[in-house]
Amino acid sequence: MIGERYLNAAILAIFFVVPAWAYWANEPFTITLMTRAAIFALAAVGLNIALGLGGLVSLGHAVFFGIGGYAMGVLAFHAQTFTPLMEWPFVIEGTKSMPVIWLTAIVLSALAALVIGHLSLRTSGVYFIMITLAFGQMFFFFSISWSAYGGEDGLSIYVRNGFPGLNTLQPIQFYGLCLSILCVVLWFTHRLARSPFGLALNAARQVPQRVETVGLDPTRLKLVAFVISGAITGLAGALFADLNRFVSPTMFSWQMSGEIMVFIIIGGVARLFGPVAGALVFVALEHFLGGLSEYWLVYLGALLLVIVLFGRGGVIGIVSGREKAHG
Amino acid sequence: MSLLSVSNIEATYGASQALFGVDLQIAEGEVVALMGRNGMGKTTTVKCICGMLPFAGSITFGGHDLGRLPSHRAARLGLGLVPEGRRCFASLTVYENLIAAARPGYWSHQRVVELFPRLGERRNQISASLSGGEQQMLAIGRALMTNPTLLILDEATEGLAPIIKQEIWAAIARLKTETGLSILMIDKSLKELRAICDGATIIERGRTVWSGEMAALTNDVTERYVGV
Repeated sequence: MIGERYLNAAILAIFFVVPAWAYWANEPFTITLMTRAAIFALAAVGLNIALGLGGLVSLGHAVFFGIGGYAMGVLAFHAQTFTPLMEWPFVIEGTKSMPVIWLTAIVLSALAALVIGHLSLRTSGVYFIMITLAFGQMFFFFSISWSAYGGEDGLSIYVRNGFPGLNTLQPIQFYGLCLSILCVVLWFTHRLARSPFGLALNAARQVPQRVETVGLDPTRLKLVAFVISGAITGLAGALFADLNRFVSPTMFSWQMSGEIMVFIIIGGVARLFGPVAGALVFVALEHFLGGLSEYWLVYLGALLLVIVLFGRGGVIGIVSGREKAHG
Repeated sequence: MSLLSVSNIEATYGASQALFGVDLQIAEGEVVALMGRNGMGKTTTVKCICGMLPFAGSITFGGHDLGRLPSHRAARLGLGLVPEGRRCFASLTVYENLIAAARPGYWSHQRVVELFPRLGERRNQISASLSGGEQQMLAIGRALMTNPTLLILDEATEGLAPIIKQEIWAAIARLKTETGLSILMIDKSLKELRAICDGATIIERGRTVWSGEMAALTNDVTERYVGV
């Protein structure tokens, strides 16, 4: 067994070493793959706050991923066509600035999470799963019929958005941005889980009534977690759209929600680096198995089955054992 | 005016009625024993006070009507419950249990550890792995960390070794003398209750049948209602 701390460091090292090698060996495609892994990891770290800490099995996180994507798509579309987003009551122009797009993605997905969470948290268990799924489908079909922004065909953005001081068209620079954000969010998540809020949320997942007797509202704790979770996944959506320079309704699809959840299950639910390990394994399989067979998802399914049946803690759990007390 | 005033409450579990008229008063700084045989409604009364069970009648606490308040709101008004059976947050460490519920006030992690030094020694241990006595101390500590104005101890010494019981009684005595906290106690040990409590209320089959100062509680009364 390898200590979880060392395993986490090793996973993080992959995110530094592989792109560094790819940059040196002039393999931009590998950098793009790693960018994809980092962004998927970020989306799943977001979901893991709701799923792992809060016990909220949300099958609708693609909503936030998609909102982030469309925040980027819509703002950049108006910037590249030189048309204002709206003219009344005040003029809002499009933008190609990543910080502005990120902020918009975070705010909009947090707001959506607030509304969806408020309504969904009246239920629990399988009903919660179904109602989040239903919200996901609502957004999916709305985006399909939203012809102003491409409808089913989605929206292409010709040039990647900019970040002050960087040339984001260079894969390694855009990767650096994504990795920095992932690291900051991981640090934030680590602190969150150890904060009184995170501890109370953890307790609320297991014994809601005991949490109530000490004066905390379990529903409110879960709602706050859901909002934070949605905001992070939304930010990942904006980055994902920028990576592909394309947004489409598939970002809202329930398969997307399922994929984000699969990252967490492969890596390890409620483990800090679980989603990161899961996203890395997923992207690696997608690349290597996808090269062998069009039906690579069959193998992914088999892997998922093995992990769920024999290694409940995911990759992190299999390698470093059960979670230990933290001092 | 009393801090907690329970007047004539009735409560039911589904079809069966458990409380038929319980009255209970606790003044500021007072320590009151809630007594009665098993199944007479002591814990049910506590559940009503803490908003965990709907009731008919009235309960006021510090001037607030507890009528339909959810239990987390009642707890925020200053009710600190140490539930029967301890009920720590099993997957959290001792320290995490304490800070998860903390609200600002006199009680801090440091003060709780002064009261129960064992909790300091076990700081980073998962609470599920503590002994029964240590879990009880943790449950009391956790309730204190919310800085309550009324501490409710439901069978805080039940099923513990005599030496641990003594430690807990000593801590409760310190709470009374050093901080003047109001306490409602449910316990089986009449001797200790007599030593520590100012007043007592006895319930029998869901009704208050005796209420008054501890000094006025004669052996006749306790033999009749409590069986000792």
